[in-house]
Amino acid sequence: MITKAFFSRFDRLAFWFVIVMIAIAIFVPLSNLLLPTTSVFHVPTYLVALMGKYLCYAILAISLDLVWGYCGILSLGHGAFFALGGYAMGMYLMRQIGTRGVYSHPILPDFMVFLNWKELPWFWHGFDMFWFTAVMILLVPGLLAFTFGWFAFRSRVTGVYLSIITQAMTYALLLAFFRNDMGFGGNNGLTDFKEILGFNIQAQGTRAALFFLTALSLIIVFVISRWMVSTAYGKVLIAVRDAESRTRFLGYRVEHFKLLVFTVSAAMAGLAGALYVPQVGIINPSEFSPANSIEAVIWVAVGGRGTLVGAAIGAVAVNFLKSVFTTGALAPYWLFALGGLFVVVTLLLPRGILGAFNDLLAKIRNRKNESSGVSGKLQAAE
Amino acid sequence: MWPFLNVQGKMRHFAFMLITLVTICIGLPVGAAAADISKQVSRFAEDSFSETRLAIEEITISGADHAADILDALGSSRVFVDPATKLVYYKSADGKTFLAATGTPATTPDKLDSVRINNRIRGDVLAAVGSLTLRASDPIRRISAAESIFKTRDEGSLEALEGAMKVEKDAKVATKFAEARAAILLARESSSRQDRIAAIETLAARRDPAAAAVLRGVHASADSEIKMMANTAILRIEERQQLIGYVQNVWYGLSLGSVLLLAAIGLAITFGVMGVINMAHGEMVMIGAYTTFVVQEVFRAYAPAYLGWSLPIALPMAFIVTGLVGIAIERGVIRFLYGRPLETLLATWGVSLILQQAVRTIFGPTNREVTAPGYMSGAFDLMGLSITWGRMWIIFFTLALFATLLIALKATPLGLQMRAVTQNRRMASSMGIRTPFVDAMTFGFGSGLAGLAGVALSQIDNVSPNLGQTYIIDSFMVVVFGGVGNLWGTLVSAFALGVANKFLEPVAGAVLAKIFILVLLILFIQKRPRGLFALKGRAVEA
Amino acid sequence: MTNKESLVTQALLYLDGVSVSFDGYRAINNLSLYLAKGEMRAVIGPNGAGKTTMMDIVTGKTRPDTGDILFDSGRHDLTQLDETAIAELGIGRKFQKPTVFEMHSVADNILLALKGPRSPFASLFGWRNNVEREKIDAILETCGLAALRERPAGEISHGQKQWLEIGMLLAQDPAILLVDEPVAGMTDAETVQTADLLREINKTHSVVVVEHDMAFVKALDCKVTCLHEGSVLAEGTLDQVAGDQRVIEVYLGR
Repeated sequence: MITKAFFSRFDRLAFWFVIVMIAIAIFVPLSNLLLPTTSVFHVPTYLVALMGKYLCYAILAISLDLVWGYCGILSLGHGAFFALGGYAMGMYLMRQIGTRGVYSHPILPDFMVFLNWKELPWFWHGFDMFWFTAVMILLVPGLLAFTFGWFAFRSRVTGVYLSIITQAMTYALLLAFFRNDMGFGGNNGLTDFKEILGFNIQAQGTRAALFFLTALSLIIVFVISRWMVSTAYGKVLIAVRDAESRTRFLGYRVEHFKLLVFTVSAAMAGLAGALYVPQVGIINPSEFSPANSIEAVIWVAVGGRGTLVGAAIGAVAVNFLKSVFTTGALAPYWLFALGGLFVVVTLLLPRGILGAFNDLLAKIRNRKNESSGVSGKLQAAE
Repeated sequence: MWPFLNVQGKMRHFAFMLITLVTICIGLPVGAAAADISKQVSRFAEDSFSETRLAIEEITISGADHAADILDALGSSRVFVDPATKLVYYKSADGKTFLAATGTPATTPDKLDSVRINNRIRGDVLAAVGSLTLRASDPIRRISAAESIFKTRDEGSLEALEGAMKVEKDAKVATKFAEARAAILLARESSSRQDRIAAIETLAARRDPAAAAVLRGVHASADSEIKMMANTAILRIEERQQLIGYVQNVWYGLSLGSVLLLAAIGLAITFGVMGVINMAHGEMVMIGAYTTFVVQEVFRAYAPAYLGWSLPIALPMAFIVTGLVGIAIERGVIRFLYGRPLETLLATWGVSLILQQAVRTIFGPTNREVTAPGYMSGAFDLMGLSITWGRMWIIFFTLALFATLLIALKATPLGLQMRAVTQNRRMASSMGIRTPFVDAMTFGFGSGLAGLAGVALSQIDNVSPNLGQTYIIDSFMVVVFGGVGNLWGTLVSAFALGVANKFLEPVAGAVLAKIFILVLLILFIQKRPRGLFALKGRAVEA
Repeated sequence: MTNKESLVTQALLYLDGVSVSFDGYRAINNLSLYLAKGEMRAVIGPNGAGKTTMMDIVTGKTRPDTGDILFDSGRHDLTQLDETAIAELGIGRKFQKPTVFEMHSVADNILLALKGPRSPFASLFGWRNNVEREKIDAILETCGLAALRERPAGEISHGQKQWLEIGMLLAQDPAILLVDEPVAGMTDAETVQTADLLREINKTHSVVVVEHDMAFVKALDCKVTCLHEGSVLAEGTLDQVAGDQRVIEVYLGR
């Protein structure tokens, strides 16, 4: 029923989403750079950074919706893929610091000098090159997801069991990254970045460019996801979500389907993390905390799962709410609000904002005009 | 290291040496009280290691009452010389100054130079103090004197030791003396073969790592057979140590396992039996711990004399409080989500955030202290293992809780109804069981158990709003590993994970061990998704 | 031995000495069954006789404890394969409780079942073409679901779901169709139509039907196997089986 309701208008919704995103991608950086600060339409730099962060979360939410909304894999470890992408970018940024660190060591990052390390660990090699980093940003989370999924899906671990072991996975990584011996800066993580691709990371122009790239990535991720779910592949994913064993009896290798979507989704989450790090200026092990991953799930649930657009909207909406709450006098109440959100959405809004909105729209439409609904259906048949 | 090396005042040294020799030849009255030992202590003023050693020897022989105090002070660099008057002073551990010659309190001079010591002198001091205290009236002091000789193996103490042995009546002290003597005999060159063999036997009977260390120090002049005997004894001691190490690890593991079981025991009901994914389970434990805190504070305020009773009172209170919270959650949230496990997971996560924040708002974000009653603090020694009462009680409590749970499920009407409802809801309902009531009661019971766990955990963990968060993943892992719905499986799994963790820790370190266990669990679930002791049959498929 | 070999080579589906038990309860007990190519077979028997478990075993859902299950003249050992591989070999199944993809439209259900490459990449990059569309139309026509093509499968009636499942089986175009209680919950008229449909299908496919409805079994007009307590009680024409004293005792009554 959900699918049908959305299919009737989804293509148009997706189209408008892309249009609006392109508009934002162009307007926000330009207004920040070109318009005078006195202008009503001027977007201040701090807001550019904040919105950039939201868009990173939106990418993460879309990647999560792809596996949860369409394939029924409730991953409580997507934050781990996000953080791994972030760490890959962080390693690149650390190596760009060069001699400008506190200890001015030409190769070793400050924390390694501090720990009396004599040489760079093997896994830090190559991260001085951007192209290598870019590959790793997608490859490392993708590879982890592939390996994890290979074992999990083959042995048919599903439902809450899968959720719990994904949570255990990110928890294990959290513990691991807290250790100084891991070589990722331990508790403090990676920070004090100076420049990216030769540009000052603090500069207004760099921030605007990062925002543009984030928005662009969001559009690309959205289009790829949208394409994936609209093909026969997407139909099989939904079939797996709703009746996994039936899909098997039709001759589909369910584990391969899951593995592909899980890996692609993890790579997308990694990309989101990589874009996030230069904009917030730090990556530390807390990004691996299970609470972060589960919070991302609620963004998707709030927006409406299985809709992609809803996931993005949910991510932005919840995080906007979070910013409002945690910066003012309401700060102590944020966890009440977030907890309440979990409860209310699952109990009262199982299909999220977008689902509720569509129901409302459908009701009005039906009352107004029967025929427009029919034309919508015909459209979906294409 | 003779005084010739000390260029500064060679002549004076000679004079003092003569005096020393004379003194020794005459022999000072042993056991004399309140003697003036100014001559002996004046050697400290010479600023020479060899003079200092001589002084130690003489002071020991002098038998002055404050001799032990001076030597003790020397061992920790608290003996001083006034450079102006060349008088020697020593300070007690609490900083009071005494005149070394008589042991009478004195005013601290303006300038004091510390008498320098080295490791050799420290050894002398230890042995000297040892022989001084060998005849102390307190057996504990005698034992510690024997131990210190045992450690230094100073040949010079042998005479005093053997003298003390003749008059020793306490069997335990006598053993210690014999061991100390054996240590000396083994380490010195001049011992006879028989002496060495006897010494090895005595030491082998002692069976601890210190004995092994002494056995390793058998003098090089010993023949190969003796060395072989010593090696065999060492080997036997090491084997025993290894065994004790294992037992110790098992004990620690059981202790950790009982904590895991405590955390998981309520979950075994809500998740294992009912199939509800309750992410707020950890918060139930946390609320149980806070209930303990509140009960304790009430006692402290109104009945401080009965503070020891706060823990037994907290048990039913915690059960009731968390049970009610559990029922509220079940009625308010979970009942709308039966059959939708993923949604239940998310909603209860939300509940857990709310509960955490509520507790943080009421009690503040910092740790609250729950004091352990007398019967839970302290430790006792069991065959070389140190066992704390707190841990001991928690293991007993956990097992008692587990037994209660088994009985409640198997032998009470509610338990019967619980099992009926979870196995076939429709059938149970049509047989007149009020399923909503049973659901609420079951969930309340599981939550109550978590609350009880919280009471126990308040004794060993920080009572903070985050208490529950630290246990939630572990407890789910325990239940899944043991096989969902299998209580015995949960028991075995908790203790197995606890012991495995403690055996890995010495090899890999605490954090890495935990990571390793998590990864192993993840792999295990791949292999056997239904746990160690999976229920079989068609019913499981649903 | 030669007898067994010839049986194996002649049979499309060959079950011999198959047993399976759940927690000590023997659901299938030394079951043997041979199905020739192009044959239609009705399997009857009381509740708990092991009819559905037999299908579970053939389709790989349940692994037998002992016994041989061979397919296509003994070319494939089904006990070594999983559900997907068995389905790929050409064994299609309709479940007792109709299981269709409720969120998908009727047409998409058929599309998913349609014979063709099944890999993720094929489904990702393969485009729906007119040939497929025509095939879907034809199948919907056969099953009488053409008017419902864009309706979500969750919204159609129980009987229509039964037909949709049969339609999906047709789309799969398997060598053998295992049909579990196809007429449960159908009206008499629908039952007759279903029997006609299955007979039509049988012209090009082998079919095994599990059913309780004797009128329906009669309408199928094929060889009948009666199962009881996990093994074959009687086998032959419907009249032969219905006349068997033991069958009357345990199943048909009177």
